[in-house]
Amino acid sequence: MFSTSTSDPEPDFEKGAVALKQQIDWRIASYFSSCVHCGLCAEACQFYVETGDPRYTPIYKLEPLKKVWRQEYTFFGKMAKALGITKPLSEEDFIDWEDLVYDSCTLCGRCSMVCPVGNDISYMIRKEREGFCAAGYAPDGLKEATKRAVDTGSPMGVTWKALSAQIKHIEKETGLPVPVDIKGAEYLGLLSSLEIMGFPEYISSLTRILHQAGVSWTLSSETFEATNSGIQIGDSRVAAELVERVLKVATDLEVSNIISPECGHAYTAIRWESANLIGKPIPFRVVHIVELLDELQRNGRISTTGKTDVKVTFHDPCNLVRKGGVVEEPRRLLNSVASNFVEMKQHGVMNWCCGGGGGVSANDRASDLRLAAFNIKKRQLDELGVKTLVTACANCRNILEEGIEHNEMDVEVVGLTELVAEYLDPPEAEESGGAP
Amino acid sequence: MSDFILGPFWNFAVIVFTAGVVGRIAMILMCGLSKDLAAARGSSVKGAAGTIARRFFPRKETIRSNRFHIIAGYMFHIGLLALLFFAAPHVQFLKNHLLGFGWPAMPHWAFILSAEIAFAGLILLWLRRVMHPVTRLLTRLDDHLAAWLTFFAMVTGCLALFESFAGLRVLHVLGVELLMIYFPFSNLMHAFTFFLSRGASGARAGRHGVKA
Repeated sequence: MFSTSTSDPEPDFEKGAVALKQQIDWRIASYFSSCVHCGLCAEACQFYVETGDPRYTPIYKLEPLKKVWRQEYTFFGKMAKALGITKPLSEEDFIDWEDLVYDSCTLCGRCSMVCPVGNDISYMIRKEREGFCAAGYAPDGLKEATKRAVDTGSPMGVTWKALSAQIKHIEKETGLPVPVDIKGAEYLGLLSSLEIMGFPEYISSLTRILHQAGVSWTLSSETFEATNSGIQIGDSRVAAELVERVLKVATDLEVSNIISPECGHAYTAIRWESANLIGKPIPFRVVHIVELLDELQRNGRISTTGKTDVKVTFHDPCNLVRKGGVVEEPRRLLNSVASNFVEMKQHGVMNWCCGGGGGVSANDRASDLRLAAFNIKKRQLDELGVKTLVTACANCRNILEEGIEHNEMDVEVVGLTELVAEYLDPPEAEESGGAP
Repeated sequence: MSDFILGPFWNFAVIVFTAGVVGRIAMILMCGLSKDLAAARGSSVKGAAGTIARRFFPRKETIRSNRFHIIAGYMFHIGLLALLFFAAPHVQFLKNHLLGFGWPAMPHWAFILSAEIAFAGLILLWLRRVMHPVTRLLTRLDDHLAAWLTFFAMVTGCLALFESFAGLRVLHVLGVELLMIYFPFSNLMHAFTFFLSRGASGARAGRHGVKA
């Protein structure tokens, strides 16, 4: 099932050209028809803002796709191509644009929010990656992560054994069972490899919160990974394969809801792309953990005591705010456990990305550029003078920590679920007891 | 020559413009679009309408960094629309040849002011286009042609208003005809397709519960 496009060692220009042409739908045709080359999207892209390099202008990253559109769908473009006046799409286009398409775009969608004619540039880059991936022009790091995701179920190669070991630690730490393979549970919990290996406190927090809320949930030993490298690299066949694995265990375990972990693109993959990838609606409700916690709190199923008085701010994961409309939920949760929550100047749907989304974090050659792009986040944090940064995405958290470390800043990054769990009512207040 | 410009060539320009615009929009829509099968979080209709309306105004977060372009853009578009729909000869033309009814035209001083604002906006936008590294990189011949043809139609229109001699009016009509013929093949089409692009993005965002 693994797409040959990401495993073939040799680039295949023809496949790429065909794939690019297949991406043109009326949305894209209307976008290119409307674009007046005003360049306003440049100032919305942190890679341009932080480097001043005009090549990082979002719409410029779409030149190969635009070339295909112009030569296949416009009068002058067709004529110029027939007369040999313009150069047709060539392998050079893939070579020259690969870094723009993958290294300098996190698919954050901020540019899509500012275009005066309404072009969703992020949507087009996602589509353009399908062509680049099919042609074999994608970063090695992302190719390898995709291969691992297909082969092992995890882009980091995390196996069930590793998760099982973490679960044992968590059960010991919390005194609560972590439900696994429970048929008929209400919710299927998904995780990201980063959470398993880097931030296992998310799993213990989840366990404690869902226990207090009396939510019936389970993990699956067969498929526990929520992230989807197929979406990041631009390989819909792989993306569909990874999504189908999740849907299969959800069906087998007879759950009715799926919980996306603290991961932005995993949420997009399962919540918004899964049905479109498999070509039919999915019979499960998908919620991001932040949405679920907010829902449980508002329904009085989880209660917290006390608040941190430390000055904290919130980093919005791009996929949550700009692709999922999850803006108020994390703020309600944060305000319930923090008395000194302050907003960055540009937040919510206009937040600045961490710099590592859309597969950029898996792309080693982009690390310098990524750190340059982080400067915008650094300035935002410096301006507020906060020491605690809360977020709801493990990838954001990882990238933010890296940027903070690189810049020798004194800021701690905390997951929102973890922060809520910290202020959960003590176990003795619970009627059922059982927690330590 | 003037008979040709005011007669057959005008008819030709109208046909090319109308058929071209309709054909171009049809070509866009014929590209197809997969139905979004994900469960909706909000209304795509409200989202589309909201984005179409909201994108007339820049987001407050972007004003500072793009103020030159935003101001020049407003100047050009507002000035041009005022001239197009409220200049006395245009109102008269629309009444007699297209709509059958008219509305009050703007006074001469307002025409002069609108023209000055529109010219200043167009020139500033073009200067930015050739001077700013981003727009310099993005700009194609099409962008220049569109700007120059618009400029030509506006200049001849202003000259024609003074009616110093009839040839200037013919020259203005010729400018407009050239612009109309070029229009459907250029990115001037954004005057129509922005409804589609904003609407498509807004519908998707609205469905996802995002205020775009």
